[in-house]
Amino acid sequence: MWWYTCKRLLQGLVTVWFIATATFIGMHNVPGDPLSGERATNAAIRANLEARYGLDRPVTEQYFIYMGNMLRGDFGISYTQQNREVNDIIREHFPVSATLGILAVMFAALGGILWGALTALYRNRLPDYIIMFLVILGISVPSFVFAALGQLGLVNLNSLTGVSILPVAGWGTVSHMLLPAMVLGLGTMAYMTRLMRSSMLEVMSSDYIRTARAKGLSPTRIFTRHQLRNAVLPVITVLGPAIAAITTGGFVVELVFAIPGLGRYFVQAVQQLDYTVIMGTTVFYGAFLVFMVILVDLVYGWIDPRVRLQ
Amino acid sequence: MKQEDPTAYTKAPGDRLTHAAGKQLAIYALAAVALLVAVMFVLNALAGLTSSAAGMSSMAVDVENNTITSYLREEPPQMDSMRASDAVSAIVMYHVMEGLLRFDADGELVGGVAERWEQDGTNVTFWLRDNARWSNGEPVTAHDFEFAWKHLLSPSVGSQYAFILYPILNAEKANNGEVSTDEVGVEAIDDFTLQVTLETPIAYFDQMVGYVTYLPVNEEFYHQTAGRYGADADQMIYNGPFMMTSWVHGASMQLVKNPYYWDADRIKLDGINFAHMTSDSNTLLNLFKDGQIAIADLTAEMLDEAMLRNWSLNQFMEGTVFYTEFNHRPERLTSNYNLRKALSLVHDSSELVNRVIKLPGYLPGESLFPNWIQGVEGPFREEYPVPNSPPDVELAREHLALALEELGLEELPPLVFLSSETPVARIQAEYYQEVFRRDLGIELLIDAQIFRQRLQKMTDGEFDLVGAGWGPDYNDPLTFADLFASWNLNNRGRYSNPALDAQVRIAQTSLDRKERLDAFGEIQRILLEDVVIMPDYERGYVYVTDPQVRGIVRHVFGSETDFTHAWIEPGE
Repeated sequence: MWWYTCKRLLQGLVTVWFIATATFIGMHNVPGDPLSGERATNAAIRANLEARYGLDRPVTEQYFIYMGNMLRGDFGISYTQQNREVNDIIREHFPVSATLGILAVMFAALGGILWGALTALYRNRLPDYIIMFLVILGISVPSFVFAALGQLGLVNLNSLTGVSILPVAGWGTVSHMLLPAMVLGLGTMAYMTRLMRSSMLEVMSSDYIRTARAKGLSPTRIFTRHQLRNAVLPVITVLGPAIAAITTGGFVVELVFAIPGLGRYFVQAVQQLDYTVIMGTTVFYGAFLVFMVILVDLVYGWIDPRVRLQ
Repeated sequence: MKQEDPTAYTKAPGDRLTHAAGKQLAIYALAAVALLVAVMFVLNALAGLTSSAAGMSSMAVDVENNTITSYLREEPPQMDSMRASDAVSAIVMYHVMEGLLRFDADGELVGGVAERWEQDGTNVTFWLRDNARWSNGEPVTAHDFEFAWKHLLSPSVGSQYAFILYPILNAEKANNGEVSTDEVGVEAIDDFTLQVTLETPIAYFDQMVGYVTYLPVNEEFYHQTAGRYGADADQMIYNGPFMMTSWVHGASMQLVKNPYYWDADRIKLDGINFAHMTSDSNTLLNLFKDGQIAIADLTAEMLDEAMLRNWSLNQFMEGTVFYTEFNHRPERLTSNYNLRKALSLVHDSSELVNRVIKLPGYLPGESLFPNWIQGVEGPFREEYPVPNSPPDVELAREHLALALEELGLEELPPLVFLSSETPVARIQAEYYQEVFRRDLGIELLIDAQIFRQRLQKMTDGEFDLVGAGWGPDYNDPLTFADLFASWNLNNRGRYSNPALDAQVRIAQTSLDRKERLDAFGEIQRILLEDVVIMPDYERGYVYVTDPQVRGIVRHVFGSETDFTHAWIEPGE
């Protein structure tokens, strides 16, 4: 187990190093100048700015300097916010994205299990058809449509009732999080519903359920102890990647609901060629994703020893 | 029992099972909701640690506390006046800081920290009022201005707007590192007298002093922040009508009335809450409808609804002029006059604005000098009118034939139109593509690039035509007029014409208003006659405000949206 853990962690480190290197090379090969502004600057100012960001050195030297700093946990200073460190940006904005992401994942997982179980129980009956139709909608419609519709619905609801039921946009209290988290988790919830449905159906027709019935166990006990518990396993396994995907992929939802998450910086940095923020956010998100995947693998290995041997 | 068919299994004997399972699921759903609520409470506590939205009302107008809530288009990159170069930072800066001069409700320059000022040739003297205070209680002195101006000119700071101080003696040389900043012509004679020596006598220096870059900085405080000046609310001190009490990056900014401000009686609001930072126009409209922000800009599709709801609409010209610039480098086809003339003859800016862009508040472009510029007495564009030149396809084809002959070409290869990737820029590019193909049979390749890449390609000359724009820095036509001077680094099409350069020199150095405006008129004529650019549109906005808030001012110069003159008039 220890050897397996170490091996996986080592692989993860190599992956993160590869992400950092690829991003660095790609970023420096994109045409455009991160120091340019609307107003042209003279040569002396440019030279000084280049010196401040180390752009006056050869790219290979910049690469080694950057990697050295990164190992010490220093991502440098942002180009657009010239007196703000990238570390501060991540520290201040990632918790926002993470909070939203956790809520969205919980929403998706709990909802997915519930709807999935329901559709399986009522297979080929009306509730099944209705829910599966909604599921297909949830998978195929992009999140910004739901975000805009949700927000508009809320505005109309608030003006109809005359009281502010939920805030339309912004961040700060849990009431601000509710709608964005639901919108963010919708796609994953739909996916998990399908997963839960098929796994539940498989369990329901398996031999041990028949045995349990033959033993004379009560239907309640069969459902909770045998069906639900077994059916939920595949759902748990996709949870890890889902957390990473939701936490890092909330850019659109953050934009529509004016949420100060890291996703906004992640996307805007690329548009503004903000080298240090591009590197910082990409490496951070990359490491986060890799870590989540390793975590799931480890839990898997712990549950199922066969995985370790392969 | 037929085990092979799970459907039958759940149906026939399983009705009891389904029933029981349904009950279980209901219990499960309740448990799930309870869990979610519990998690939300924990998250609420956590969110309280990462942000502090509490403290100020989130209502658009809070009559009780005399505060209003608004938004910022984006997170201000920084609040360091010496480095700031964007409009959003400027909006906040004009609320929390005050320079020697400020803009009043009509957009006119009046005394700010300076009580009076006087220009005598190259000597400008500012007499400061003795009751102006920083928010730590210390007086605002002439030394604060001297420090800020000299410091930002030092090459090590790398200020992008340092050029706006270049009229000052030795400023450009100091900025280039040729002389020490000690030799820059700014001197605090005593605490309340600031003596400025100019390079040459110019007529518009006071207009430049109104700009953000000329704001004062308290030297002692600046050095205490150790390079983080203007990075957070507690990393700066204020001398303006308001002071910033909180700045949650990317989320909100709160301003309260500054008790140390010398003219505090003038300020009627007790606080401004910039509660949101987003540029999404739908989100902003929804926030406005929900009564959470006091002002919002509208797009075309929102106008009908605004009419229906009987909102009071306002309009203002933001100041920026957009135009299509040609590449005048000799190796480019567009350096040929007849080709440029042919293209300009099928170009119709009123069709572009009224039938293609269709955004409220936009005006068809006719000149590099926008409509709002002032002339000798009346508006500049009335005194120096642009000749009416309607599209003429026949004439355009004649010019095209001439151009082909001069270039020695049978057929014109496709031209490259460099464009930004905003929705407006895209439809504009597609409009030209269609018009040029329809009327002249010229293929236009659209090269849509994000901001910095477009800038790079402009500087490198990798285009034939480029959609460009220019916003004014100070209230004098020169802010536009020197754009195509051969030495101007922003002249990215590399247009070079001694006749135009000569007129720019006159406009820069003359002190006679008539002579200067004649020069601007001549520059306008050259730009149009030589088809240096094709004017596209002037940008404006239509916006709604909360009926309870009065006196919101929006001007080209100073704060784009100015709440310092606003007050609340409680309705119903």
